[in-house]
Amino acid sequence: MKRIGATKLFDPERLAIVLDHISPAKTEKYAADQQISRNFAREHGVRKFYDIDAGIAHLVLMEAGHVAPGDLIVGTDSHCTIYGSLGALGTGIGYTEVTSVWLTGKLWMKVPESVHISLSGGFAAGVYSKDLMLHLIGKLGADGCSYKSVEFYGDAVPGLSISERMTVANLAMEMGVKCAFVPPDEKTAEYLRGRLPDASRYQPVYADSDAVYEQRIPVELGKLEPMVACPHEVENTKPIGEVAGTHIDQAFLGSCANAKYDDLVVAARILKGRRVHPGVRLIVTPGSKQILLEAMNTGVLQTLLEAGGMVTNPGCGACAGDGGMLADGEVCLSTANRNFLGRMGSGKSSIYLSSPATLAASAIRGAIADPREFF
Amino acid sequence: MDSTIQGRIYKFGDNVNSDIIIPGRYLIYIDKERLGQHAFEMLGEGVNAKLRTFDILVAGRNFGCGSAREQAATAIQGLGIKAVVASSFARTFYRNAINDGLPIVECPALYAAVAEGDEIRIDLAAGKIHHAGQDYTFPQMPESVRKILELGGLAEYLKTQLAEPR
Repeated sequence: MKRIGATKLFDPERLAIVLDHISPAKTEKYAADQQISRNFAREHGVRKFYDIDAGIAHLVLMEAGHVAPGDLIVGTDSHCTIYGSLGALGTGIGYTEVTSVWLTGKLWMKVPESVHISLSGGFAAGVYSKDLMLHLIGKLGADGCSYKSVEFYGDAVPGLSISERMTVANLAMEMGVKCAFVPPDEKTAEYLRGRLPDASRYQPVYADSDAVYEQRIPVELGKLEPMVACPHEVENTKPIGEVAGTHIDQAFLGSCANAKYDDLVVAARILKGRRVHPGVRLIVTPGSKQILLEAMNTGVLQTLLEAGGMVTNPGCGACAGDGGMLADGEVCLSTANRNFLGRMGSGKSSIYLSSPATLAASAIRGAIADPREFF
Repeated sequence: MDSTIQGRIYKFGDNVNSDIIIPGRYLIYIDKERLGQHAFEMLGEGVNAKLRTFDILVAGRNFGCGSAREQAATAIQGLGIKAVVASSFARTFYRNAINDGLPIVECPALYAAVAEGDEIRIDLAAGKIHHAGQDYTFPQMPESVRKILELGGLAEYLKTQLAEPR
């Protein structure tokens, strides 16, 4: 703003700031940047300011009731697509563009074409929304839905929890989407009850009944099996059978994709009464403070710790390279959404991606393992 | 900004992601020089220095996919690269390049025709790329978007906008 010579925000009430990527500050430089953010929020009256204790921005903003169906939300993070889980349009932009939106309230956009994904049936035991998305990303490719609005329909959608919908909308980014959309329903309304500042904020938007879709993709959930994304691209997915037995050094249960309370519960159920393999470092990074509190109160945290895991403060953690770095030749299995070369440390390390269930099973075995062996 | 860009090309494949272009640990910086020092370092020693001997990047599909980090476009400029031509771009990189004043051109036909070290000339105003006696056309950007690029990025554009009475 200084560089541009601007002094006044368009509307501080529509702006939220969350310190999540490197928190608490790791170096003096981070500390100075975070200080700038705090001072900025104070000076400009940004009341939706969340400091280092809150957690990952996406999850924090939804928990706090700052996201309602029909909203248009832009942020400096590609996984803003996650807001589609509540029927909002979320999309990532760069920091100059975010500054521009702060100042002008305006943005240029092209209207994307739409893709209709129809989900039918239900998941088999040990298979989750992460597996569905890895299946889709593998099938359609990293640019399979480039610049598209990807919408999820079908008889299986009402059965998906809000947490599962978040995983779906989050991972949709890895097909290159502009935004994802899950039509709001009773579950959406229930999730937002008590979160939105007032009921009038609940104004769902739906596709027209005669909407045109450039592609229709049906998926039978019952036919899916646990999937793993192999190094170094998310589209490089394989069914669990083809990668089972791959040695791992670290297991990271975290990120905006899969560190919600439900995700921690799935992992804890498998880890209960069992031990993490001595050669594996299990790092658990709850997505937000609320999730951490809930996991603490219900004993989930204790289960994860007793099994041999360690728990970090909420935030992006190892997914954003904040702690949990990998050395040359090391392999990490992660519940995050990206396995790009060097993302978690050395350019000679490898990252595999999976569901929390596959992660828990693999942490026990010391190698990538099929979670269905534990059901 | 000059509407003609000429130089030697370096060629990349498909799905070059923004973590490869600039690793997340350098996102605390926003200046060209500093980011340029670390651009593409994940691809191995010497890659950064080698890229500095080229003028234009040519890539396959989905260049700049992944993270929405604007520093990816800045880091490429820090290498002294003057433009990127790809078969297609990820949407976040596309926007960031424009907002950062890095000329980008979507021209799938060029990809198969060029090899590393080839000389090409991009005429942004005419929507043409010249290579080995052949012209490849590409669609023009909308006027409003081109203006941002011509001014050297969104920050400069905003200065002009905020200066005008609203």
